Amino acid sequence: MKVIIGLEIHCQLNTNTKLFCGCSTDYRDDPPNTHVCPVCLGLPGALPRVNRKAVEYALRVAKALNLEVADASEFSRKNYFYPDLPKGYQITQYDRPLAERGIIEIEADDGTPKDVRITRIHMEEDPGRLVHKSGRDRAGYSLVDYNRSGIPLIEIVTEPDLRSPKEARRFLNKMRATLEYLEVFDGEREGAIRVDANISLEGHNRVECKNISSYKGVEKALTFEITRQKNQITRGHEIARETRHFNEGRGITMSSRSKEEETDYRYFPEPDLRPLHVRDWLDAITLPELPDARKVRFVEQYGISINHARTLTGDMKLANFYEEIAGDDPVLAATWVADTLLGELNYRDMKIDQVPGARFADLLALLKADAITDRAGVDVLRTMLDAHAGGGEMEMPSVIVDRLGLRKAAGDEFDDVVAKVVEAHPGAVADYHRGKGGALNFLVGQAMRETRGRADAKDLGRRIKELLDRKEA
Amino acid sequence: MAGTYHFDAEDRHNAFITRADSAAFGDGRLSGIPLAIKDNISTKGMQTTCGSRILEGYIPPYDAHVVELLRKEGAAIVGKTNLDEFGMGTTTENSGFGPTTNPHDPARVPGGSSGGSAAAVAAGMVPMALGTDTGGSIRCPAAFCGIVGLKPTYGRVSRYGLIAYSNSLEQIGPMARNAADVSTLMVILCRYDARDSTSYDRPYAHAPSGEIRGMKIGIPVEYFGEGVDPPVAECVRDAIATLEGAGAVIEECSIPSMEYALAAYYVTCTSEASSNLARFDGVRYGPAVETKRSWHDEFQEFRGEHFGREVQRRIMLGTFALSAGYYGKYYAKAQMAKENVRREFERVLKSVDVIAGPTMPTVAFRLGEKSDPLSMYLSDVLTVPANLAGVPAISVPCGRVEGMPVGLQIIGRHFEDEVVVDAAYAFEQEGSA
Amino acid sequence: MVSEREVETIAKLADIRIQKEELGEFTVQFNAILEYFDILDRVEAAGEGSADLINIFREDEVQPSLSVDDVLANAGSTEDTFIKGPRVM
Repeated sequence: MKVIIGLEIHCQLNTNTKLFCGCSTDYRDDPPNTHVCPVCLGLPGALPRVNRKAVEYALRVAKALNLEVADASEFSRKNYFYPDLPKGYQITQYDRPLAERGIIEIEADDGTPKDVRITRIHMEEDPGRLVHKSGRDRAGYSLVDYNRSGIPLIEIVTEPDLRSPKEARRFLNKMRATLEYLEVFDGEREGAIRVDANISLEGHNRVECKNISSYKGVEKALTFEITRQKNQITRGHEIARETRHFNEGRGITMSSRSKEEETDYRYFPEPDLRPLHVRDWLDAITLPELPDARKVRFVEQYGISINHARTLTGDMKLANFYEEIAGDDPVLAATWVADTLLGELNYRDMKIDQVPGARFADLLALLKADAITDRAGVDVLRTMLDAHAGGGEMEMPSVIVDRLGLRKAAGDEFDDVVAKVVEAHPGAVADYHRGKGGALNFLVGQAMRETRGRADAKDLGRRIKELLDRKEA
Repeated sequence: MAGTYHFDAEDRHNAFITRADSAAFGDGRLSGIPLAIKDNISTKGMQTTCGSRILEGYIPPYDAHVVELLRKEGAAIVGKTNLDEFGMGTTTENSGFGPTTNPHDPARVPGGSSGGSAAAVAAGMVPMALGTDTGGSIRCPAAFCGIVGLKPTYGRVSRYGLIAYSNSLEQIGPMARNAADVSTLMVILCRYDARDSTSYDRPYAHAPSGEIRGMKIGIPVEYFGEGVDPPVAECVRDAIATLEGAGAVIEECSIPSMEYALAAYYVTCTSEASSNLARFDGVRYGPAVETKRSWHDEFQEFRGEHFGREVQRRIMLGTFALSAGYYGKYYAKAQMAKENVRREFERVLKSVDVIAGPTMPTVAFRLGEKSDPLSMYLSDVLTVPANLAGVPAISVPCGRVEGMPVGLQIIGRHFEDEVVVDAAYAFEQEGSA
Repeated sequence: MVSEREVETIAKLADIRIQKEELGEFTVQFNAILEYFDILDRVEAAGEGSADLINIFREDEVQPSLSVDDVLANAGSTEDTFIKGPRVM
């Protein structure tokens, strides 16, 4: 059954001030209602003023996604009542958005490139933040913090071109990376990206899923929804055309009974603001190298595989890190960053910008010089990261190597070990002479244990083989 | 010279909602002069209610731009004047704090919505006051109370701090006993304000001139039509004749779009108001909303209780006009009509310098006389076109009918408030000659 | 022509509770005004308005916010520095 998915993505722009007033956007560590003024508090008589930089940032995104920027666009009011909406309306863009009709390329499930059409991009303000409480007498109430009220958002709407939850996830990752490369967005900030998804199975009604606030959440919500809808159809029920809320904790979507969604928003042009004629700003916008272009360059410039390139360019900070430490063996660097470092960071919930490039480069140098085995390299890396995660200093790799005695020894001292192992396992030796391939590996494994990983497996294998072959003879 | 003004004038007309016993003042053009501010304009530290119970007790933490300007010129701000709730009305009877009465006849209304400001000036409590004009709310009370009131060109005076009723139509403007004082206030009020994105940088640096020889005055046939009381029409024609005597040239003209101007006005202002007044929910200001029930129930209850009848009616009309399926029929058409009116005024004002006619179709009504909303709306028919067009318009007293003042309305080109003031000033000079 | 029922729906959309007793008279007055608005049906656009004020912007520079005390001063009910409102659902 064909799955049809469209996304509406809300991203906070990382300007210094809010969209319509001069309050600082750096509110996350501060107490509630400390970044508020008459405008974003919705005091009577206050008037909005458009942040030029927010418009520039939105245009950058429009250009990067190949959208057509409107000659004239304007702000509109979206009218509804909710405690987190101080004016009783949100200033957004309705029938004259900033830009429409664009394309972004992603990888389809079968690995081939596919185009996802962007319907439109528009600007709007974030509402405040609601915290729900229960009172002593069991009657609940809301607590409102207006610090977030007025933060600039861009809303990116796609055509229903996505065909699976994984595709949706890849799309989001690509979007996130692009926005970071454009330096208009800080993906690390909590709540910086929020997604609404529209999903249907071909021939059936569409369901809207709201309140998804993480990339993983999108995949989970969509997977759950598809299963739910498939089950409904199998049982002979039609899918109700409705809005559902995603419950991140439970990983399910639930039917939403909120009146707010049924409301008529009575859009009309915002009379306190003037139209935007900013299409000619596009010429002055030079886009930085975007993820796709950087990926291609990495393959060409560093000679790494396309898969590694894709991984490394999928996050701007990661890409910057890689280029910093690629050094004279970029392939080695790519392997170690993409295949090992990322996994270790993930496991520890650490970020790439917590790894000093110089330290990592030192580790690579040791590996390249063949001073330690790969296995030892992993141990050293883990030690480095653990120390840092624990709040300590990240030591120099060579110091760790010496402390743990991991330096690869010159081959001769292992001759004892080789002899010992061969003597201890006559059965395996016999198997080897009989032509059983696994016997050699077994003996190498034993020898590795004896040398506590300090020897190189290939080297040991060569010595053992030599010894065995001599014996035969 | 800075000082303190002791404000002890007796308020026999309920002109004030909030008054200060004493008001500090500084240096400047208005030093020591007591001024009253209509209560829909934000004053820092002083209660601002918009004549509504839903804002009772609200103390703004900031001054409107115009208030900052007045303070800088040393004015003594002695209080906040009564108005029709949120500016919605033509008589000040829609106030949540009781009606204001007309100093010429306390059985009659002072006009609205800036009735309190007009009465305060007419009664001699203050020489000058600020009003606001969305569809005639400065000019109507000026006419009914026999004072001068000017609605500036749209965008010439900052709306920052004006509690919005209809954003695309309203302006703050001066009200005083004579055109010269109105002119003085214009010098002070017409300053660009970056905080208002609809504000123009067009300062008013003008001292009124009584020389109107050669000024071309257009008399639209629509301004003297059926709805205008014949004695009022006659009084205004006499006034225009006086101007002719002083050298002005009179010409007949026509503004056919006036036929639908009133409907366009009411669709526009109620639509914008329905949105502007959505913020009054008792959470951040005003009487406290109950937090124990669910928000939807609570907001409905709270607003039903604290908004007056007329405000509720206009919010509902606006909500309906903007609602799905009706936007094209009402709001979109009203915007077209507004543009048509603007173009027609521009066209007429190419061949004449100003337009003249009565401000109101009648003199002040008796309190309680206009109980039907639609008939109340119809009395705005002569004032709303200037708001739709955005042009400056003044009302200057020109005589009496049944003992009550009549206002002569003069309308000019965009940003020619100076010319309009001159015409009013010239008329005053002729009258006293 | 709108019915009383429709007037109630509009009131809900506007978040204003109209008392049952008032509904009848209110609807009559409402309809009279709407009928007057019908004159707009005849209006045709003479052309687009001139956009003389466009691209009005503010620079991205931080301005002082209100003090927390000022923010909370007019609120009916607060908790810590949150403003309290009715519960949602």
